[in-house]
Amino acid sequence: MSAAPVTRRRFLEGVFSAGAFVLCAGALPRGAWAELVNPALPLADTAFHPSVWLGIEPDGTVLIVAARSEMGTGIRTALPRVVADELEADWQRVRIVQAIGDEKYGSQDTDGSHSIRSFFEVMRWAGGTARTMLTQAAAARWGVPVEQCEARLHAVHRRASTAAGGDPALGYGELAAAAARLPLPPRESVRLKPRSQWRYIGHDAPAYDLEAICTGQAGYGMDARVPDMLFAAVAHPPVLGGTVAGYDATAARAVAGVRQVVELPPFHFPAGMQPLGGVAVIADNTWAAFEGRRKLQIRWDDGPNAGYDSAAYRQQLEATARRPGKVARNNGDALAELAAGGQIVTADYYAPHLAHASMEPPVALVDVRADRAEAWVPTQDPQGAQAAIAAAIGLPKDKVICHVPLLGGAFGRKSMHDFAVEAALLSRAAARPVKVVWSREDDIKFDYYHSVAAMHFEAKLGGDGLPTAWLARTVFPPIGSTFNDATEYGGSGELGMGFTDLPFAIPNVRVENGPAHGHLRIGWLRSVANIYHAFGVESFADELAHRAGRDPLEYLLALLGPDRIVDPALLSVDYKPRPNAGNNPYPIDIARYRRVVELAAERAGWGKFKPGNGRGIGIAVHRSFLTYVASVVQVHLDENGLVRIDRVDTALDAGTVVNPINVRAQFEGAAVFGASLALYGEITAKNGAVEQANFDTYPVCRIQQAPAAVHVHIVASDAPPAGVGEPGVPPFAPALCNAVFAATGRRIRALPLVHAGLA
Amino acid sequence: MLRIKVNGRDYSFNGDPNMPLLWYLRDELRLTGTKFGCGAALCGACTVHQDGRPIRSCVASMARVAGSEIVTIEGLANGELHPVQRAWIAENVPQCGYCQAGQIMQAVALLRAHPRPSDAQIEEAMSGNICRCGTYQRIRAAIKAAAQGGAQ
Ligand code: FES
Ligand code: FES
Repeated sequence: MSAAPVTRRRFLEGVFSAGAFVLCAGALPRGAWAELVNPALPLADTAFHPSVWLGIEPDGTVLIVAARSEMGTGIRTALPRVVADELEADWQRVRIVQAIGDEKYGSQDTDGSHSIRSFFEVMRWAGGTARTMLTQAAAARWGVPVEQCEARLHAVHRRASTAAGGDPALGYGELAAAAARLPLPPRESVRLKPRSQWRYIGHDAPAYDLEAICTGQAGYGMDARVPDMLFAAVAHPPVLGGTVAGYDATAARAVAGVRQVVELPPFHFPAGMQPLGGVAVIADNTWAAFEGRRKLQIRWDDGPNAGYDSAAYRQQLEATARRPGKVARNNGDALAELAAGGQIVTADYYAPHLAHASMEPPVALVDVRADRAEAWVPTQDPQGAQAAIAAAIGLPKDKVICHVPLLGGAFGRKSMHDFAVEAALLSRAAARPVKVVWSREDDIKFDYYHSVAAMHFEAKLGGDGLPTAWLARTVFPPIGSTFNDATEYGGSGELGMGFTDLPFAIPNVRVENGPAHGHLRIGWLRSVANIYHAFGVESFADELAHRAGRDPLEYLLALLGPDRIVDPALLSVDYKPRPNAGNNPYPIDIARYRRVVELAAERAGWGKFKPGNGRGIGIAVHRSFLTYVASVVQVHLDENGLVRIDRVDTALDAGTVVNPINVRAQFEGAAVFGASLALYGEITAKNGAVEQANFDTYPVCRIQQAPAAVHVHIVASDAPPAGVGEPGVPPFAPALCNAVFAATGRRIRALPLVHAGLA
Repeated sequence: MLRIKVNGRDYSFNGDPNMPLLWYLRDELRLTGTKFGCGAALCGACTVHQDGRPIRSCVASMARVAGSEIVTIEGLANGELHPVQRAWIAENVPQCGYCQAGQIMQAVALLRAHPRPSDAQIEEAMSGNICRCGTYQRIRAAIKAAAQGGAQ
């Protein structure tokens, strides 16, 4: 990690040598850029600036900028592979450079499983434009029409020149200087490669950092180091909104290596991304900071959340879910249909708060100077961190440089900037670079938690056992409550994650949302509201199958109904299709649902499985982040009556996939993530304070508890790329619980399974 | 003054003898391959070898490890990659990678004790190492591949 302060210019100069050919994002016409970066964002959010996407050194080394954060999803490899493919670069000669936070890259907020979806075409154009310019440079050198030249694997070849003597090919390095002097070609002259000629997209590649990781050389946020830096730990108020009433730091200051004790500014609602306040200990090393913090004597004023109690809160949420709520979707007249009587099935579901618990706890190193600051933050959102640090210190944003080391996992936690701002405030106080290190206890106790949710379902079954009416209510403290205390209803984003986007062919559907007041910071966790909604919806669907006396697989397919594009008008009220829905490349396509269900079931051997004797099989399907995923889970109960997950078959349709081996790994990991939350995951609060602290009280799957085998089946597809990092999570818990029902006859309506004595 | 050997080099240490080895390695020697995950012997991210045996460096005080020989992930490859590292690469194990130094050090120790480990031995040896990204099935496969290739 560089020691010298880096200015924006020097960041680029340090990357490319003089004489390198550097392709700016200016190579992409503004319109194309704005439209491709993120079709959901207005133009103003994707302001266009010339910037650097890739460059070619005179020695032929191709440098590709990775602007999205690497937290284990493989994006730092995947997007550069897209550039390299269109560039016809030799992957062995590609070096990846991680971008600093800078709005010229468009949104860098690495969340929502949209990096490939939003940047796939941008990266193709960047690579294709550079290839075109190199080809033009070669044509000029040879004095032949450009049509006679062809770029192939790091060189431009002259067609039919093999027999002609002279140079059959010019390497990219040799062409770099000449290409750099060419004007950017108009978009019409850039021809992207047809799918059949992709050499990297759709082909397996190991992660760029694989060997560095396995040898301990990879640089994570936790590993950031600059000269003269100090280390800090913060004693946070145990209750959200609490403040320091007084403290005695005598014993803390007496710890060898402790330099300074600093009270952080008090917290004010709404939480947003501000630090929590408290008292920090700054020391010569991490251990001294932790020891000093342990010796602080602090009296806290717990503030307005001191009464928050998870058990009482659960009853409140469940009561709200049994009352009518705000209508979020309404087709036909579900209320009248239910009121008319018949075979009515009712069930209540509950899923608790969860913590992210990425293996690397939050950590940030910031060096604040009088007129600038430089930060090394394992952040999902470097521009956000840059802005938050700038605002906290009172610097213009462009005076803050935010580097992005590798993230040791994130799962949504590291989209938040509280820990980065802490480091900035403490660096200013110490007049030295300061690295704030959160302990695991800090991480678990002061997370932006996945929301707790209560759901209520009612369905009426017709003569064929299929529902004629579906009433579903969801109640959860929304993410919006983190940013506005008055927010008690879920946003359309949260409701659209598995609740209002219900794909089932049911004539009367009513979806409601009840109010809930938040008492913890609520944030985004890998697949967000899809987790509890899929658990409720897909478990209830399985209940209906059993009530109807039908096979759950066959029933699920019947619920989905005939192949069709779901009419966006059905998703009425609060679920507005995007203005461009007319040519929406991602419609809700029942055929794609059906295909993943059939594939997962077939590969799992659904029809051949013999339940009984404590063995069971379960299925669930869910579409999130535009990807269709079906999970089939097989379980048995061990001699202690605990659930063992023998096999998982996950079928997915994510459209075009860039790196299949990585996609498989993401879905293998999602099954383990899903197993962790289903078996053990629960955060509770008492007297306002979170009760869990480390992996003993907040367990996650260990090797012997994780699914013994996860088989991932990718549907081959030419559709535009969709999400990969998150969509594997939602169907897992309901598929597992449906398997548990098949094995035991016990319907799990509240997570985690540990409370049912099954984990 | 305490003496300690790390990756074949001798060091002396004058600081707090209660400081866990983890922070000495990371903050003093700048060997940051060994990771902090829990600080409480619950996750295995900080696993190193003390005289050939795996220990959790986050709870091993400098006083306790004084006089011993420590090997970290940085010291595992001896000119060329250790067979376990090669197996990890071949099986494409890491996702975020943060836990993997600890996993590899634990697996190397396992294979030293049991060159052909059974599934139960793998589970027992690896159960202290959490991978939040969920790479367990690839860890299992890599250990088996390394055993086949004679990781010792
Ligand atoms: S950091 Fe030592 S076991 Fe977790
Ligand atoms: S690879 Fe991320 S925690 Fe193991």
